[in-house]
Amino acid sequence: MSTTTVGAGAGIGTSPLRPDGTLKVTGEFAFSSDLWADRMLWGATLRSPHPRARIVGIDLTGAVATTGVHAVLTAEDVPGKKLYGLEHADQPVLAMGQVRYAGEPVAIVAADHPETARRAAAAIVVEYEVLPPITDPVAAIDAEETVHDRGNLLRHVPIRKGSLEATAPVVVTGEYEVGMQDQAFLGPESGLAIPAEDGGVDLFIATQWLHGDLGQVADCLGLPPSKVRLSLAGVGGAFGGREDVSMQVHACMLALHTGRPVKMVYSREESFHGHVHRHPARMWYEHGADLDGRLVYVKARIVLDGGAYASTSMAVVANATTLGVGPYKVPNVVVDGYAVYTNNPPCGAMRGFGAVQACFAYESQMDKLAAALGLDPVDVRVRNALEPGDTMPTGQVVHGPAPVADLLDRVRAAAPPAQRGDDLRELPGGVANTTHGEGVRRGVGYGIGIKNVGFSEGFDDYSTARVRLEVVGGEPAAVVHTAAAEVGQGLVTIQAQIVRTELGVEQVTVATADTTVGSAGSSSASRQTYVTGGAVKAACEAVRAAVLRRAGRDDVTLRGGRLVTEGGEVVADLVDVLGDRPIEETVEWRHKPTHPLDPRTGQGDAHVQYAFAAHRATVDVDVELGLVRVVEIATAQDVGRALHPQSVRGQIAGGTAQGLGLAVMEEIQVVDGLIRNPSFTDYLIPTILDVPPMRIDVLELGDPSAPYGLRGVGEPPTISSTPAIVAAIRAATGLALNRVPVRPEHLTGT
Amino acid sequence: MEFLRPSTWDEALAAKAEHPDAVPIAGGTDVMVELNFDRRRPPALLDLTRVASLADWAADGDRLRIGAGVTYRRIIDELGGRLPGLAMAARTVGSPQIRNRGTVGGNLGSASPAGDAHPPLLATGAEVEIGSVRGVRTVAVADFFQGPKRSVLAPDELIAAFLVPAATGPQQFAKVGTRNAMVIAVCSFALALDPQRRTIGTGIGSAGPTPLRATEAEALAAELPWEGKTLPDTIVQRFGELVGAAARPIDDVRGSAAYRRHALAVLGGRTLRWAWEEHRCA
Repeated sequence: MSTTTVGAGAGIGTSPLRPDGTLKVTGEFAFSSDLWADRMLWGATLRSPHPRARIVGIDLTGAVATTGVHAVLTAEDVPGKKLYGLEHADQPVLAMGQVRYAGEPVAIVAADHPETARRAAAAIVVEYEVLPPITDPVAAIDAEETVHDRGNLLRHVPIRKGSLEATAPVVVTGEYEVGMQDQAFLGPESGLAIPAEDGGVDLFIATQWLHGDLGQVADCLGLPPSKVRLSLAGVGGAFGGREDVSMQVHACMLALHTGRPVKMVYSREESFHGHVHRHPARMWYEHGADLDGRLVYVKARIVLDGGAYASTSMAVVANATTLGVGPYKVPNVVVDGYAVYTNNPPCGAMRGFGAVQACFAYESQMDKLAAALGLDPVDVRVRNALEPGDTMPTGQVVHGPAPVADLLDRVRAAAPPAQRGDDLRELPGGVANTTHGEGVRRGVGYGIGIKNVGFSEGFDDYSTARVRLEVVGGEPAAVVHTAAAEVGQGLVTIQAQIVRTELGVEQVTVATADTTVGSAGSSSASRQTYVTGGAVKAACEAVRAAVLRRAGRDDVTLRGGRLVTEGGEVVADLVDVLGDRPIEETVEWRHKPTHPLDPRTGQGDAHVQYAFAAHRATVDVDVELGLVRVVEIATAQDVGRALHPQSVRGQIAGGTAQGLGLAVMEEIQVVDGLIRNPSFTDYLIPTILDVPPMRIDVLELGDPSAPYGLRGVGEPPTISSTPAIVAAIRAATGLALNRVPVRPEHLTGT
Repeated sequence: MEFLRPSTWDEALAAKAEHPDAVPIAGGTDVMVELNFDRRRPPALLDLTRVASLADWAADGDRLRIGAGVTYRRIIDELGGRLPGLAMAARTVGSPQIRNRGTVGGNLGSASPAGDAHPPLLATGAEVEIGSVRGVRTVAVADFFQGPKRSVLAPDELIAAFLVPAATGPQQFAKVGTRNAMVIAVCSFALALDPQRRTIGTGIGSAGPTPLRATEAEALAAELPWEGKTLPDTIVQRFGELVGAAARPIDDVRGSAAYRRHALAVLGGRTLRWAWEEHRCA
């Protein structure tokens, strides 16, 4: 809750230390779960154990009678709108008469101790009439039984390009499946709501989008937005999982009801039930190509399981569909994407946002096509690689660099990893000593992906930045203030770098993100450096223009705290120009507009910018035990311009690791609507012994339409590492492997 | 919740007799997880970390007597040469932080079928020394486990130590998990060759309601060419099959029963071959 000063002397293109880095490494960083206030109460949530049931009655007696309990609230106590949602308000703040997924909040409790709150919640008696859950998304599309009154089909996105009747001499088909991945952020959902004297509330919260929360929280509390003030608390990772509201409204309701600060912190198990996950997908693909391997057509059907509530499913399915053939030239396209309601856990945003699922399918198909033609898998991709000026299946023309073939060539040309040694840690199974080389086969595979950067389909995607320049202690100093969420990606550092570059001052302070400044949009869609970075740059330009007006010059730049001509002549000191009159400018900045998709043909310039990454994965597989060790990953990505090169590499390494997780281990196992592994004991994410050395090739080709030429970085590396690793496992085993994550059972036929 | 802190073994036994519901805690790597997840709320915790004698180990004839409070880290560092199988298992436990705190005594006390220390203790014929105010008894590890997380411990008893013969031949341990570190066993297998007595000891983990021995596989010892000859593939394969057949696995979130049987057959054959190679070259 304090401002942050970033290390001096570092503008864009350098890698200054992150202000939060040392604190996080040494365990001193204050996360939202560390918040504390005088007279604070603790909130707890009672959740449905059933994926689908009618609520016959709720008996609160036991909870109310518990000593230390200050409030027990249900749907009847929601002061404002009872439903919320990012795109479509269909999710009850607290269940109303029925529950639609296991884990749905039914009642909330505030007590003077967290355990008292949990016990009181457990003392609430809810009588359910249990109904059979709707859990198969494919069957749900046309099913009589529906999760909501509006039917189970959330959105159908059709894409039609070229001829619907195209035929080709070489045809490959496949059915693919992606399991439910979790963001697995380390800091569980948490926040602190403090009732204010004006009848409003101050909420300190770990989120991805303060203003996205603000609108929904104010609506549900029945308060004007001016009485709901949000400040960003320390965020322990996000990856999409904090884009939806979780405990925000609950904590505020309890605080307003009791007149006391209320803190809520989810346990790990509750967290698995308390945020949306990556959509499980089932996908049917048919690729037709000529005898040279050039694609003639792609037909595909993609079904995403949205779970019980809409969340961002409608945007996720648009991504999966519009990016559904990958970064390739395809003259004829018929793709249908469906997002479907079921009684499974709700799914929404997760790094890659629909592009991940499609990429696993289309890249598997490209390998299949290469095999059918007897061609090298990279050659087939290069032969079909998208180039600048080509059109996407939506008809959108790709502007600016699109180095698809170059990225593939680079990862192919990278030196291969060394042959494995005898150390157990270099073998599948590691120190668990499962093989000394027996059954181990090496395989190499490739993948390339495409992702849109920023919000699409005509969304008014903007950010607001306020920059103030003044004299502090005889030195020029700047303060930059936005509502953009630092979720660990390094945005705070980037903002200071931009100010330093644009205004030529050393001393830059980044104010805490809150809602006293306009919306920055969400820290998602690889957009924040682009959009909030663009806003900060624009605000700096406005400040600089004001400085120049005040100085009566139009031929100078700001460098080293001085006004300097192009020839290097110092015209004035910034300190003298500013005097005791600070200059402050607030700017709302937008990227170029996007447009809706035609609802029948899926045609339209829906996306802002495309980003690409390629991976080569080398794996060793113990084919008898079905254990995999990823030996090395070579990756290449065009980032346009690296504003903080070290963070760029961190994003690429981290995203690649998250894709590795989806390839070989990460899955929320859902059976009959129930999560079977809601813990880090059984939901496995890669450790340092699972993540291989990475060879990272960063290209800076510059997008002329983006600030500094930058291209969104965060998501592309997650997208293509999964298919590259699975391709490598296929190469090692000869198995078809049409589902991720690949489990030992799949590799051993057990 | 009461927190009992005895400073001697006698005080610990007296406390356990007085508070039979008290849950003993040493490293806390199992108990604290249960408490934090609110799966367990015992009326009392019995902290054994101040009982110095529990952290001792010593030779006792041809056996080693190892206090229940000796950590995995110390098993690896101090006993790796004499108890190679147990040390290999200890290396697969959790993370370095967990190995620094977790104890074999705690592993026995939790009596999880997935406990990593159990298969090597079974394979080497170890015994558990159990104390109470009523006296001391020893129970073979093979008889110690009664079901998932259930053992022969009476409410007033505490695990004092385990007694295990120093290795007289090659030992192996192998564990399958779905990532390369920090993972609970999908299944595991331990093997101990005793060339003098011409026996094979076995232990299967995480593939039955309790850790199990593969007794029919052990019986193949009679058919091994102990006089330094190469092991025929047919015996290796047969051994693996018998190990797989001895498992009583279920389908669960970590793996299928069929996979566990299959993997144990593979591990059985591989560990026998590795141990035999070491024996032959000895």
